Amino acid sequence: MLKSTFLKAVAATALSFSTWASAQAVDLQFYFPVAVGGKAADTIQELTNEYVAQNPGVNIDAVYAGSYQDTVAKAITASRGGNPPQLSVILSVDMFTLIDEDLIVPFDDYLTNDEDKKWIEGFYPAFMENSQTGGKTYGIPFQRSTPVLYWNKEAFKEAGLDPDVAPETWDEMVEFGKKLTKKDANGNVTQWGVRIPSSGFPYWLFQGLAIQNGAILANADGNKTNFDDPKVVEALQFLVDLSTKDEVMAPGIIEWGATPKAFFEGQTAMMWTSTGNLTNVRDNAPFDFGVAMLPAKETRGAPTGGGNFYLFKGASDEQNKAAVEFVQWITAPEQAAKWTIATGYVAPRAETWDTETMKAYTADFAPALVARDQLEFAKAELSTYQNQRVTGIFNDALAAAITGSKDPATALKEAQEQADQILNEYR
Amino acid sequence: MRSFKLRRDWIHGWLLLLPALVFLFAFTHIPAVTTLINSFFSTPRGRRPSKFIGLDNYERMINDPVFWKVLWNNLWFAIGTIPVSVALAIVMALWVNEKLAGRSFVRMAYFTPTVLPLIAVANIWMFFYTPGFGLFDQITGALFGWPASNYLGNPDTALNAIIVVTVWKEAGFFMIFYLAALQAIPVSLKEAAQIEGAGRWTIFWRITFPLLMPTTLFVCVNAVINSFRLVDHIFILTDGGPDNASALLLFYIYEVAFRFWETAYGATLTVALLILLSLLAIGQFFFFDRKVHYK
Amino acid sequence: MNGASELIDRWLNTCAAWALALIWVLPLAYAVWTAFHPAAYEARFDLFAPLTLENFAKAWEAAPFARYFLNTFILVTMILAGQFFLCTLAAFAFARFEFPGRNILFALVLLQLLVMPDILMVENYKTMRMLNLVDTIPAIALPYIASGFGIFLLRQTFMTIPKELDEAARVEGASFLGVLWKVYIPLAKPTYLAYGLVSVSHHWNNFLWPLIVTNSVETRPVTVGLSIFSAIDSGVEWSVINAATLMTSGPLLIAFLLFQRQFVQSFMRAGIK
Repeated sequence: MLKSTFLKAVAATALSFSTWASAQAVDLQFYFPVAVGGKAADTIQELTNEYVAQNPGVNIDAVYAGSYQDTVAKAITASRGGNPPQLSVILSVDMFTLIDEDLIVPFDDYLTNDEDKKWIEGFYPAFMENSQTGGKTYGIPFQRSTPVLYWNKEAFKEAGLDPDVAPETWDEMVEFGKKLTKKDANGNVTQWGVRIPSSGFPYWLFQGLAIQNGAILANADGNKTNFDDPKVVEALQFLVDLSTKDEVMAPGIIEWGATPKAFFEGQTAMMWTSTGNLTNVRDNAPFDFGVAMLPAKETRGAPTGGGNFYLFKGASDEQNKAAVEFVQWITAPEQAAKWTIATGYVAPRAETWDTETMKAYTADFAPALVARDQLEFAKAELSTYQNQRVTGIFNDALAAAITGSKDPATALKEAQEQADQILNEYR
Repeated sequence: MRSFKLRRDWIHGWLLLLPALVFLFAFTHIPAVTTLINSFFSTPRGRRPSKFIGLDNYERMINDPVFWKVLWNNLWFAIGTIPVSVALAIVMALWVNEKLAGRSFVRMAYFTPTVLPLIAVANIWMFFYTPGFGLFDQITGALFGWPASNYLGNPDTALNAIIVVTVWKEAGFFMIFYLAALQAIPVSLKEAAQIEGAGRWTIFWRITFPLLMPTTLFVCVNAVINSFRLVDHIFILTDGGPDNASALLLFYIYEVAFRFWETAYGATLTVALLILLSLLAIGQFFFFDRKVHYK
Repeated sequence: MNGASELIDRWLNTCAAWALALIWVLPLAYAVWTAFHPAAYEARFDLFAPLTLENFAKAWEAAPFARYFLNTFILVTMILAGQFFLCTLAAFAFARFEFPGRNILFALVLLQLLVMPDILMVENYKTMRMLNLVDTIPAIALPYIASGFGIFLLRQTFMTIPKELDEAARVEGASFLGVLWKVYIPLAKPTYLAYGLVSVSHHWNNFLWPLIVTNSVETRPVTVGLSIFSAIDSGVEWSVINAATLMTSGPLLIAFLLFQRQFVQSFMRAGIK
């Protein structure tokens, strides 16, 4: 008891010193994750430094906080320890979790005039689906992506397919895939038709299939899932069949991290993966490749993904204002263009694509436009209250079906029951 | 006089212990007690403070199929890693202790796992296990014409793949302790046995192995703790999948507490892990204590 | 045993030892291979592949590794020094003093063998915050400094030291701290060496807690720096991550290569048991 009183006294003294020291400028601490290798971290640091140089009244401490998973863990741990950052980029799907933990404040309080409201409307609606709830805006899209289909034009040519045409539908993908799957003399597959990675978070790409089949996995309030919807079951059956019945995809769980490499090595002729890979594939693919929207079933469709800016509770009004100004600056066309070109993330505002920088980039590299065009068909990424746990259950069910330990209908039914149990208290 | 000495002993003993105890209490016991208390409460969420719920968390644990799965995985992991890595460590130490062509290279090779951080090494092993172009598949494909094997993506092999990485990491490390112990055994013992006509096998079982016993116990304590602690590589290799096939207890605790943010349930699982470890440790401690102290 | 069979026996052993050594060194060999070749050769083992140092340049640019390395070095030294100091005193108390509460306190120490600080991260973060130590190297070190394992190990060693030595030193007028310094610590050298090795290799590799409790380049250890390459969205770049691994493990590896003789000999002279 004595110890803690003493410690508190020490802490209080230290704290008052640090507040005194920072009275001169607004200090912001800003956590950011990196999911696309070293370059992204550099770009964020550069942009932040540029902003601080232009605005002497603000001091921003940009902290690389590991992967998305690490960043949210760090932000929540720090908040619970009484030391929240003022601003952080965290997965858009963690919005409900952060609200539930009472850690974030909506942007609305700091976006009062008409200009600000217009600013919000300038973001692509597909990205805003994961950023707003209950009529409030909690997240500002920044590090956002969507999955697309990459194909190896040389492999297409070899298989007698038109190298410039990607599969438009599920059936076409299977049909192309069968032609593209090659076997050696021993009957071992040397090149698969398609690769849909499923390690760690299989729900993301699977959600593409579900949306294409006309299903929505969770409602907008984040308190109800539709895992056992027959359309979802059908989509999962299709995914399982790709390796078991059609034999166009490798069996078992397929690793995310090794997917681009497998594509470069000619292990697969098509791959589904994030637009965050564009720059990587462009730099490293030893062959001509194309990028297309994901194939359609009932409709085209894809989930969005990636991270949003969040404002954390516990900051002063001044800090929040400064944070919002910084967010407005960094998502503005010139900065966003720089960011998109460096990483391959989709610029979240339409106006960015009209800048000279972006035009020059897309003229030189047309695939970058595919992701933008796909946004028209994109839906919110699966997100609920207690998101990690609910998607965790869903991931386990998908993995069980993919590895054949449960059939799709049973796996999804069980997942739905477990999700219902968790989400009941939020209805 | 005697009582004075005793009392002075008391004060000295306490003073010597004081610094360590302050740290132990501040960073282990007080937080651990808080954890135990938390396991009887519901998880506080920002909008709903925690409330006392008695044994509900424990009831949930008993009914949680994932808990039983990871517990079972962890036992299999312990059985798979401890004996193999200890046995390999002894064999390695015996080899390196002999006059062997290129001994320093061999010794360095066995030592490499200790130097490379697990988080970096896990990526290398991921490449080895990758189906198709991964090293293992390239080798088995070229030599035997085997088809691609998805070691990490198959629930039957994922945990074993993790066990292999762990054995690699641990055996080289444990070897160092055995090597040191072996070099302390007098050569005359071995020579005397040889004169009496004992073979290598007999010498090992009758002389070397018994003399290595204290090291074996030391290494075993370490190995048991590690079998519940080493989870870093799981994050990169399989993330516990597929369908929790390669998740271990501490990994699950991390997942529940730092991904699902169910700190109360995480605390409950932690208590379960502690009970399990205590049972193991108590058994080992008595064994260890007797062997070393009264030898 | 006759000469021929002994020769075969030796030959077999050498082969087996080498085979195992080659398997063990494989990850390091692969790291070297990819680090010095362009990314296209990550999965192709062509003797004539072009050599490059570009991966090192890339890795070096991606994170300030020199600083991270220094941080790790400071961290490991700090932990080790703290552990040796605290554990020695506590182990001495348990081994040679009679005082009330000894058994209970010892049980409490043993408890720490089980309660790994990694589990108590949230609580420990709160403490660090209270001490105003967040984002400092001591914050990474403090939870590990009082080690139950270290106390236990040293106590066991101290108990094997004959009391006669102790008494002889006291007769010569040494205080109990003098006895500890002149008799116990020198005799327990091997235990310190063994324990030091366990401790250094553990903290050299520790990742999660440092990640959570530190924010800046000035405090973060190498493992946190390495994790930047483990981001999987864009696929694993083995060539760069392995270049980074080599850069960060290089000094340790070279130190071991240079000093392995002395290292093993000091172990031997001390003879851990």
